[in-house]
Amino acid sequence: MRLHKIDRDVGLFVITLLLLGGVALKFPDFITPRSLADLLDDTAILVLLALGQMLVLLTRAVDLSVAANLALTGMLVALLNQAHPGWGVLPVVILSPLIGALLGAFNGVLVWKLKIPSIVVTLGTLSVYRGAVYVASGGAWVNSNQMSESFLGFIRTQMLGLTVLSWLAVVGVILFALALRLSVTGRNFYAAGGNPGAATYAGIDVGWMQFLAFTASGAIAGLAGYLWVSRFAVAYTDVAQGFELQVIAACVIGGVSISGGVGTVAGVVLGALFLGIIKNALPLVGVSPFWQMAISGLVITIAVILNARGDHSSPRRILEEARP
Amino acid sequence: MTEAILTLESVTKSFAGVHALTHGALELRAGEVTALIGENGAGKSTLVKILTGVYRPDGGTIRLRGQPVAVTSAAHARSLGITAIHQEAVVFDDLTVAENIFIEDRPRTRLGAVDWALMATRSRAILKELESDLDPTTPMRQLSVAQKHLVQIARALSVDARVVIMDEPTAALSHREIEDLLAIVRRLRAEGRAILFISHKFDEIEAIADSYAVFRDGAAVGAGRLAQTSRDELVALMVGRPVGQVFPKTEAKIGPPVLEAQGLTRLPEFEGIDFTLRRGEILGIYGLVGSGRSEMARAIFGVSQLGAGHLLLDGQAVRFAHPGQAIKAGIAYVPEDRQSQGAVLTLPIFQNVTLARLGHYAKAGFLSGRKERKTASILAQAMQLKAASLDQNVEELSGGNQQKVVIAKWLATDPKVLILDEPTKGIDVGSKAAVHRFMGALVRQGLAILMISSELPEVMGMADRILVMRRGRSVGLFERATATPETIIRAATDA
Repeated sequence: MRLHKIDRDVGLFVITLLLLGGVALKFPDFITPRSLADLLDDTAILVLLALGQMLVLLTRAVDLSVAANLALTGMLVALLNQAHPGWGVLPVVILSPLIGALLGAFNGVLVWKLKIPSIVVTLGTLSVYRGAVYVASGGAWVNSNQMSESFLGFIRTQMLGLTVLSWLAVVGVILFALALRLSVTGRNFYAAGGNPGAATYAGIDVGWMQFLAFTASGAIAGLAGYLWVSRFAVAYTDVAQGFELQVIAACVIGGVSISGGVGTVAGVVLGALFLGIIKNALPLVGVSPFWQMAISGLVITIAVILNARGDHSSPRRILEEARP
Repeated sequence: MTEAILTLESVTKSFAGVHALTHGALELRAGEVTALIGENGAGKSTLVKILTGVYRPDGGTIRLRGQPVAVTSAAHARSLGITAIHQEAVVFDDLTVAENIFIEDRPRTRLGAVDWALMATRSRAILKELESDLDPTTPMRQLSVAQKHLVQIARALSVDARVVIMDEPTAALSHREIEDLLAIVRRLRAEGRAILFISHKFDEIEAIADSYAVFRDGAAVGAGRLAQTSRDELVALMVGRPVGQVFPKTEAKIGPPVLEAQGLTRLPEFEGIDFTLRRGEILGIYGLVGSGRSEMARAIFGVSQLGAGHLLLDGQAVRFAHPGQAIKAGIAYVPEDRQSQGAVLTLPIFQNVTLARLGHYAKAGFLSGRKERKTASILAQAMQLKAASLDQNVEELSGGNQQKVVIAKWLATDPKVLILDEPTKGIDVGSKAAVHRFMGALVRQGLAILMISSELPEVMGMADRILVMRRGRSVGLFERATATPETIIRAATDA
C-alpha cells in the first residue's frame, strides 16, 4: 500500500528505536522487559484515544472533547461503582463506552446535521462535559477506598506478562488496523477526508462518516474514562485536564494529516509510544519537569512541519495552476 | 486613429504542459472600447490574468505606451494604471463602500492614520462622477451585484486607471442595470481611457465596442474595426476550423431510449429542459459558462434536488435523493471540477477506481484487495493509464492520467448512462485522444453518454446530437448531420 507512507512509518520506528537505545545506553534498566511492559501500560490509554482521534482527523475534523468526555464518563462509572460495589466491573466495562459513544454522537450530530465546524463544536462540548463532571460529583472526589476491588483490579490483572490495560490497547490496535485496511467503512473514512467532494459524488455521505468517527472517538474516550480512573485510582473534576492535546499530538507525530485523508494505525501507535518514551525517559535522564513540556512541544512542532511539507506534493499544485 | 496604450505581442503561457495561450496579441487604444471575443477556453481569462499580474507570461512582449513592461504583481499592474473588473464582483463584503474603493491606497493623515473624512469625501466625488448617490459608509454586503460592480469601477477611477479590463461585467446584471453600466463605459471612454470589454453578448458588443479581437484555442485569430465587420464574420472567426484535431467518432448502433428528461427545472439554475438519451448515443450539451449545464447534470445525479420535472430511466420514473442512489440505478457522473470532485489524491489508484462501488468488492464487510486490483488493472489497461503501479497515489500522476483514473472509477460502477462534464478540459492532447477513443468504444458496447462540453470541436466531433443551453433554458437540438459550428454558436450566444 501507500509506499511512501510506509517509509514514513519506518522512519518514525527507527527514530523511536534510536530514542530507546539512546536512553538505554545510560540507563540499561529502561529496556528490560519489565520496564517496557510498564511503558506500554503507561501509554495504553494514549494509544487508544489516539486511534479514535485518528478516525476523526481522517474525516477532516478534530475532537477536542475527548479528555472531558473521559473525565465525565470516568466520574459517572466511578459513582456507579461507589453506589453499587457489589455489581462488579462488568457493568462499568459495558457502560463506559456506551456513555462515551453518546457524548461523541452528540458532537457528531452537530457536525453532521448542523454543519458546525468540529473545532467549534468540540471546544463547546469540552467545557460542557467538563462542567458536567462537577455537576455529577458535586465537586467531590471518588477515592480508591470508595472503589470496589474488581473495579481497581481488572485492568491490573496480568495476562501473558502484560496487564489487561495493555492488552486492551493491543486489541484496539489490531481491530483498527484490520477495519481501516479491509472494511468498506474504513476505506470510506479515508475517502471522505481525502476529498470530500469526490467522496460525495461516489455516493459516500461525508457527514455520516464524520458522525461515525465522532461516535467511535467518544466510545473510546468513555472506555478510557474507566481505564484512567481505575489506573490512577481517583476520579475528580480535573482528571486528564488538557490531555486531548497529547492525543492530537500523538496522531500528528504519527503522520496523520490535519487536513484529512492521510494516516496509518502503525504511525499513530508509534506517535503515542514516542510521546510515552519521552515522558518516561526525560525524568530519568534528569531533565527538569519545566523542560519536559517544552521538549515535547518542540517535537510536536517539528512533526507538524514535516507533515505539512509532505502533505502537498507537487502534482496537486500543478493541477491547481492548470485551471486558467 | 489614436495611439495604442497597451500592446501585446505573441504572448504565450502554458500550465503543466497544457497551452493556455499560444499567441496572445492585442492592441488597446486610448478612448476606445475593444471587445475581446472567444469561446470558453480560448485564452481570454489567461490573458486578463497576465495583464493584471496574476500570471507571468512564458514569452512575448507587453508594451505600455511603446515601452516593454513586465507586470510582476497585481499591485504592480495597478501602479501601471491597469485594472480589472471581474465577472463575479471581487469585493470585501464586511467593509464599507469607501473602504472598498480605497482598498489599495487609503488616504492618510499627517500622522499616518487613515483619513476617514477625506476617504468619504473622495468616495462621494468619484461616485458622483459615476452618477451614483451611493452612501460611502454603506456596508458592501447590502449592495446589489450591479452596485458592487459600480464600486469596482469607482476603485479603478480612484487610482486613475488608464486601462480598464471588464471581464463579462454584465453576466449577472438585469437589462436595466446593463444599460446603466454601458453608459458608464461610454463615459470612461470619453475620458480617454482604453477599455477591454469581454462579453459573449453580441448586442452589447455592437452597442459599445469600437474594435474587436477574436481569440481561439489560445491564439489571436482576428482583430479590426467593429463597424466594418458583420456578426457572421465574427462567429466564423470564433469557430474557425479545428486544426490538427481528429475525432475518432465511430458509428454505434443507436438503441431504445435509456434516459428521458421531461421539463427538468431547478430555479434559478435551469428550467424546462427536455431530452432523450438513447443506447449507444452520445448526446452533447453545449452552452457557455453559466448556461446551467452542470447544474442540470448535478440535479439528475442527486447531488442537488430537482425542483420540477420528470426523469425516466429505462421507462421508469426515478428521482435520486443522493448520488449513491443514482450510482445503484446505473448512472455515473464524471464531474467537471477534477480537483475537488474527481480523484482522492491521497489514495492509491486502485482504491480510487473502486471507490464508487466499494461494496461490490467486499464480502461480509471485508474488502478483497485482489478483486479491487483486478478491476483496476483491466480498466487501467483499457484507458491506457500511464502509472508505475496501481498502488501509486493518484497525486503522483499527471493531470491527464488523473482524469483517466476518474473515468475508470465511474466505468467500474458498470453504468447504463455516463455523464461526462467537460471530460477533456485542461488535459494534454494525447490523453484527450485516449479519452475520445474510449468514449467511442463505450457507446459501441451500448452505453449512453451525456457529454457536457464547452469545446465546440469536441461537441461537433463526438456527439450524435447536440442540445444547446443558454441561461438555463434549452435553445435548440441539432442533429449531427445538419449542425454547423455557426448555428450552434448562434444558439448558444444570442448572435
